[in-house]
Amino acid sequence: MQKGLAAAEPLFQPNYNMSKNQQIIDSAIKQEYEYGFTTDIEQDTLPPGLSDDVIRFISAKKNEPDWLLDWRLKAYHRWLEMEEPDWSKLKYSKIDFQKISYYSAPKKQKKLKSLDEVDPELLKTYDKLGIPLEEQKMLSNVAVDAVFDSVSVTTTFKEELEKHGVIFCSFSEAVKNHPSLVKKYLGSVVPVSDNYFGALNSAVFSDGSFVYIPKGVRCPMELSTYFRINAAKTGQFERTLIIADNDSHVSYLEGCTAPMRDENQLHAAVVELIAHDNAEIKYSTVQNWYPGNPKTGKGGIYNFVTKRGNCIGDNSKISWTQVETGSALTWKYPSCILKGDNSVGEFYSVALSNNFQQADTGTKMIHIGKNTKSTIISKGISAGKGQNTYRGGVKIMKGAENARNFSQCDSILIGDECGAHTFPYIDVRNPSAQMEHEASTSRIGEDQLFYCNQRGVSTEDAVSMIVNGFCKEVFNELPMEFAVEAQKLMEVSLEGSVG
Amino acid sequence: MLEIKNLHAGVKGKAILNGLNLKVNPGELHAIMGRNGSGKSTLANIITGRDDYDIISGKIEFNGIDLNEMAPEDRALEGIFMSFQYPVVIPGVNNTYFLRAALNAQLKHFGKKEINAADFMRLIREKLKLVNMDEKYLSRAVNDGFSGGEKKRNEILQMLTLEPKLSILDETDSGLDIDALKIVAKGVNDFRDSTRSFIAITHYQRLLEYMEPDFIHILIDGKIVKSGDISLAQEVEKKGYSWLES
Repeated sequence: MQKGLAAAEPLFQPNYNMSKNQQIIDSAIKQEYEYGFTTDIEQDTLPPGLSDDVIRFISAKKNEPDWLLDWRLKAYHRWLEMEEPDWSKLKYSKIDFQKISYYSAPKKQKKLKSLDEVDPELLKTYDKLGIPLEEQKMLSNVAVDAVFDSVSVTTTFKEELEKHGVIFCSFSEAVKNHPSLVKKYLGSVVPVSDNYFGALNSAVFSDGSFVYIPKGVRCPMELSTYFRINAAKTGQFERTLIIADNDSHVSYLEGCTAPMRDENQLHAAVVELIAHDNAEIKYSTVQNWYPGNPKTGKGGIYNFVTKRGNCIGDNSKISWTQVETGSALTWKYPSCILKGDNSVGEFYSVALSNNFQQADTGTKMIHIGKNTKSTIISKGISAGKGQNTYRGGVKIMKGAENARNFSQCDSILIGDECGAHTFPYIDVRNPSAQMEHEASTSRIGEDQLFYCNQRGVSTEDAVSMIVNGFCKEVFNELPMEFAVEAQKLMEVSLEGSVG
Repeated sequence: MLEIKNLHAGVKGKAILNGLNLKVNPGELHAIMGRNGSGKSTLANIITGRDDYDIISGKIEFNGIDLNEMAPEDRALEGIFMSFQYPVVIPGVNNTYFLRAALNAQLKHFGKKEINAADFMRLIREKLKLVNMDEKYLSRAVNDGFSGGEKKRNEILQMLTLEPKLSILDETDSGLDIDALKIVAKGVNDFRDSTRSFIAITHYQRLLEYMEPDFIHILIDGKIVKSGDISLAQEVEKKGYSWLES
């Protein structure tokens, strides 16, 4: 279903089923993106290879301050000393990092006149996902009518956030306009030497998002990466930093259900979240990058992500929700450091591997503060030749009195060529901890499918019914509009998985 | 309604039914009796089109349509229903949701408007009363944690909701206590009319005491060896099957 997709331009896309207003805002912002901002600087593409000079070049291109260049170089030198990790269940041939170009200008795509010029396979997928026509046009780079003055819409959006003192901008802008915040928090949750891919990202990150929610503010809207004003392609090494100051609240959405194709095979992003006293951050991801050719597995994206949140303040909360259906390889463990007393960490995950996809994903919950609480709900779905691994760690440190964890890891298998693996690591150093772990593995059986068939339900509908039932607990955690899309996404992603 | 002509069929290449003939007219209830392994469940699986069950020769027609090569869901949509001997558990799928999806698949098949959630709730509440089921079963996952009797009543609830033309009751009496059996039988009896047909597959005549079948067929080694009225069932109950073996 993914074959022949046109390379879609931005890495992140809007979510669908939006209100009319949001759609208008979207198309307007999109307009702006098409014509403005990113084209004002002449950009080059570096030849493949990585060295001190390459990092200096990237930093210079972005007019970065010296401290950031030094930070990048430090990360690079640490990276050089590190080994590519091999502890995951993922099987792939070694990546040649000297064959990758670490800086390339976003390419201008040819504008299409109408949807007739778009690959019909792609349109079919859009239809199945229920993407409205206007948005289909935007996604496939067909010219859209300007609904209203884009500048004024953008301004309204910015004004609304500014009124509340919320900072939401690209990472590069944040470096320019809010250097002290960036300097204070960058690398504070994921230090440069944390892990191989994190270190690589720190050395060469291209751009990303920056969010700051001031004290006592409840962010008035769901923040989506799409709304970023200069929504240029952030490239393969994205960096996100979200800071929620005391008593604040923010919900952040990343990604989109529409299939995304990208010419970069390797993606290594880093996301850092910081929640101060009584603050809450909810971070939701829907990832549907190109999983590779369904018959051979060739060409899919390698997604090595480091996501970590620090509940630095008392009574703070960080909640990760992810729906991972794309990419050939997924290596991702959104984690929480529960440092503040009474802080709460949550991880809700649906990971699907169909055909030749491999996912090694899970979370880490590190309990440091007293009365800290964490919840892990992981749902893995394997179909085709897909391999799905849950890898999770729960660590209760010595001072974490009365820490509690509940983990539930369920796997479902469709067909007999796929695999599900579960690796829960538990490390308890305080006897007052309460730990609960539940796990199950089940198979969508012939008898279940026949039962549905016998009631007039087609096999495809039956599979999506069963899988959606299986994922319900996680979908319930998604913001409304994402939840509906996620269901449809499962249907589309599982197409053809049952003979 | 249903006409089976000289049917030879089996599972995974092994012949189990050996020249079976059966004609079921609208309004009739036929009981198929036989020992374990006589081919009763194979017959049910062949009619409903389960995977791995294949027709070797002969024909099954349902209202003039040849069922061979027809997908199981299409047979269901045409009005063939089976109450399963072992109803299947589907964790995470809400019972109401499941039944509405089934009903909507049927409505769609006949080019009718799908039923919305509110109308469906009204409909299902009526049907629940008929099988003496509590509303709490609606919010549970399909057959998940149901007792044997609850599962069977849930099957009958589905039958009453989907209103099939032909209902195959595969060992519907097994695992039921006498009260549940009466409820199930009443559900079936109230549903009987001149347009609907039933095939009840059973070991014992117990169920038949409550259901008044029009015909009894004795199945031995994949063949109907004797047909008759209810007195045949009573005879079998008394004498067993061996006197019918050639």
